Amino acid sequence: MNTVIFRTAAPFLTALMLLFSVFVLLRGHNEPGGGFIGGLVAASALAIYGIACGVTAVRRAIIFHPLAIAGFGLLASTVAGLLSVFSGVPFMTGLWIYPHLFGVEVPLSSVMLFDAGVYLVVVGAITSIALALEEREVE
Amino acid sequence: MASVTGLTFLALCLPFLGAMIAPAAVRHLGHNAAWPLALFPALAFLHFAGFLPDIAAGHSVQDGFEWVPSLNLRFSWLLDGLSLTFALLITGIGTLIVLYSGGYLKGHADQGRFFSFIFLFMGSMLGLVVSDSFLTLFVFWELTSITSFLLIGFDHQREAARRAALQALVVTGGGGLLLLAGLLLIWQITGAADMSGLLRAGGALRESPLYLAALILILGGAFTKSAQFPFHFWLPNAMEAPTPVSAYLHSATMVKAGVYLLMRLNPVMGGTMAWEMILPVFGGMTLLVGTLLAIRQTDLKLKLAYTTVSSLGLLVLLTGFGSDDAVEAAVLYLVAHSLFKGALFMVAGIVDHETGTRDITRLGGLRTAMPLTFAAALAAAISMGGLPPAFGFLAKEEIAAALAQASPWPIVLTIVAIAGSALMFAVAFAVALKPFIGARVETPRHPHEAPPLLWLGPVVLAILGLAAAMVSGFWHAYVSSPMASAVSGKGMEISISLVPHFGMPLALSALTVLIGVLVYWKLDSARFLMAVVLRKLGPGPDHGFDAFISGLVRLSHAVSRFLQPGRLEIYVTVTFLCLAAMLLVPPVLYGELPAIPSRPNMQWHEAAIFLIAVIGLAAVVTARDRLTAIVSLGIQGFAVAVIFLLFGAPDLSFTQFMVETLSVVILALVMTRLRLSTADHRPPLQMLSHAALAIACGLGFGLLLLKATQEPFDLTLTAFFSHYSKLIAHGANVVNVIIVDFRGTDTLGEIAVVTITGLAILALIRIRAGGERKLAANDPDVEEAMEVERP
Repeated sequence: MNTVIFRTAAPFLTALMLLFSVFVLLRGHNEPGGGFIGGLVAASALAIYGIACGVTAVRRAIIFHPLAIAGFGLLASTVAGLLSVFSGVPFMTGLWIYPHLFGVEVPLSSVMLFDAGVYLVVVGAITSIALALEEREVE
Repeated sequence: MASVTGLTFLALCLPFLGAMIAPAAVRHLGHNAAWPLALFPALAFLHFAGFLPDIAAGHSVQDGFEWVPSLNLRFSWLLDGLSLTFALLITGIGTLIVLYSGGYLKGHADQGRFFSFIFLFMGSMLGLVVSDSFLTLFVFWELTSITSFLLIGFDHQREAARRAALQALVVTGGGGLLLLAGLLLIWQITGAADMSGLLRAGGALRESPLYLAALILILGGAFTKSAQFPFHFWLPNAMEAPTPVSAYLHSATMVKAGVYLLMRLNPVMGGTMAWEMILPVFGGMTLLVGTLLAIRQTDLKLKLAYTTVSSLGLLVLLTGFGSDDAVEAAVLYLVAHSLFKGALFMVAGIVDHETGTRDITRLGGLRTAMPLTFAAALAAAISMGGLPPAFGFLAKEEIAAALAQASPWPIVLTIVAIAGSALMFAVAFAVALKPFIGARVETPRHPHEAPPLLWLGPVVLAILGLAAAMVSGFWHAYVSSPMASAVSGKGMEISISLVPHFGMPLALSALTVLIGVLVYWKLDSARFLMAVVLRKLGPGPDHGFDAFISGLVRLSHAVSRFLQPGRLEIYVTVTFLCLAAMLLVPPVLYGELPAIPSRPNMQWHEAAIFLIAVIGLAAVVTARDRLTAIVSLGIQGFAVAVIFLLFGAPDLSFTQFMVETLSVVILALVMTRLRLSTADHRPPLQMLSHAALAIACGLGFGLLLLKATQEPFDLTLTAFFSHYSKLIAHGANVVNVIIVDFRGTDTLGEIAVVTITGLAILALIRIRAGGERKLAANDPDVEEAMEVERP
């Protein structure tokens, strides 16, 4: 897998796929997509980058430990569920606000935060497994 | 009445409050913290004493509050003659014990912790005796087991203490589980979930066909707690605990919990054939075994421990009798025993504390050095030996009267009781006289009279034992009679006093004393004789316990080895076998196989995709090496994903694409990581069996799907979600809205699982990376195996 072409193309491919994964995550509420699929796309992107450039490069690129990312995602999802406490509705009730940014109405919701949490969990868990497997004996 | 309810609840909480502040109090005041701390049980004692006139008038107090109303749980208490007497004993003796501990553990580094444990135990025990509801009764019952574990193992540096603590916990805690089963059974039979309701239910329990089962379960709980033969061995071992614990738990309170339970249930369970057979037999056995073993001991505490065992046996025997006299005798003896045994234990502790030894053969002539202690010991021993003018005498007289008119085998039981009492008499004076009279013997420490904190307890208890007998009329009116009424379930008046009534009982008492004096006189030869006999008998139940525990460990190892052989192949095979069985067996059994569909009308592109899937499968089967097989399996997965796409499930198909891709990548990684050989070399037979299993699973799923499509489809949910998804969740993608909104909590659980899976896999890979690591917890070199790995 160490062709020059692949090694050159991989970073671009990865960047594109990551961008696409975020797009898939955000459109998931009305179109096919969502946190789980977005997370899988992002994990594949990182896997491609890892196959091309090695594990250390991926670890450098994502800054945090992948399991920390997964943990943060779990926290984000839980917080999204707990937000309902402040408006006195049952746990996990979806809450929506519509702030106007630059004259455009942007629908934001606790559900979206929840979905982003799912995305992070999937990315983190799968990447950590893949990286751990890809790592040759302890550096 | 609300204020009384609140106050009673506060009184029940006082010990727990004491447990909370004890460590801080000891830090600031040292051992003198005992004085303020003793206020907690003293206040509780005063509160409960306030109920005395009411109870003596024949009422009972039943109160409480809703605890978990939705589960029908009440935190309720029942105060009648029986539970009130116990509550007073627990709080009263508890007060003295707290003071005594202050002196006994003076300067001990962990004194604060010790006070905490004692208070926790006191609270549990108090809760146990006043509980009305079965569930609170059980909770407190087990709490006393746990707190006694902490107290017995207080000196946790010593292995003997640890073993004794564990043994007590296993025996009494295990008995507690039997008790739980028994209580649930009684609940089932009578429909009463609390004691007061059960007492009102009357004889329903006795007539039930399940009566015997309930009785055996309850007795299992009571006999383990009250150290009846053959469970008596844990009590002497519990002498590893500091002396205040022995005085409190193993004489006055905890070990009486079993007797309390039997007395409490006597009105509804007693009087039957089984009750009057089992209780006297076991009680009598315990009585004899305990006293004979007591004769053999030279350690003051162990002597007392064995006599405690036999006293408990005597109480069980009397409770099992069921005659009015026997109930009265049991009630009198229980109170007398708590008073004198608590005092004697504390005396033993003082002797140990002041001289540095508890060995009866190395003590003598202490009367000049410790006059006060000697006086207390003597008074307590008079009570234990059943001599006037002590309360023990009244109890003994009553016991003799009860036995003289026993209905089944009176002679046997009388002989047993007299032998037991005589031996107890001998032991009592051996403990109370031997160390104090005779010539002065050199001891490790130079003895002085103990400080007030230490002598207060035994002196008060000894005086009480004498005073109660002097004013027996008053005492009976307030304590004994209400308690006897509660035990027998009908009004009773106890009138026995120090004035001896001539006749059979007095003759029996005299005989008892005579034998006792004889044994005391010949104590050394009696001890020698017992030692010889015991050697002849071989190992006792204490060894049995060890054998039981090691057998249990061996059994669990064997079971683990059978269920968890540690070979992935076996796990996977078993899993798929179960899956195939689950999918195939029910439809065949119930004749629910789907109808074979007519030839499907496929479009050409659908047919093409189907063909691709089949080619992929063929490639998997014929692949030379594993990597090719894995990638070929991906082909088939992609084909399925395309089919999903064609039939209107874009989300699903999208996910399927990603999962297939990642599976191939990760499987390939695992292969290289585990350095598996690239070729597949299973023997043909194994190949066949695996193929059969795979086909069976596939067939099962295929049939299931066919069947599902042939059933009439219920569109309720579909309609609901398509209607409301836009309306209340503001989303058009129904599948996704269900995942993140309608069923969000499920998804939260699932992503938690995904995270944990990631963690677990990482750990597994790390362990492999670290070479051959041993992770067995019982490995001696586990220390180095668990060294933190440098990333």
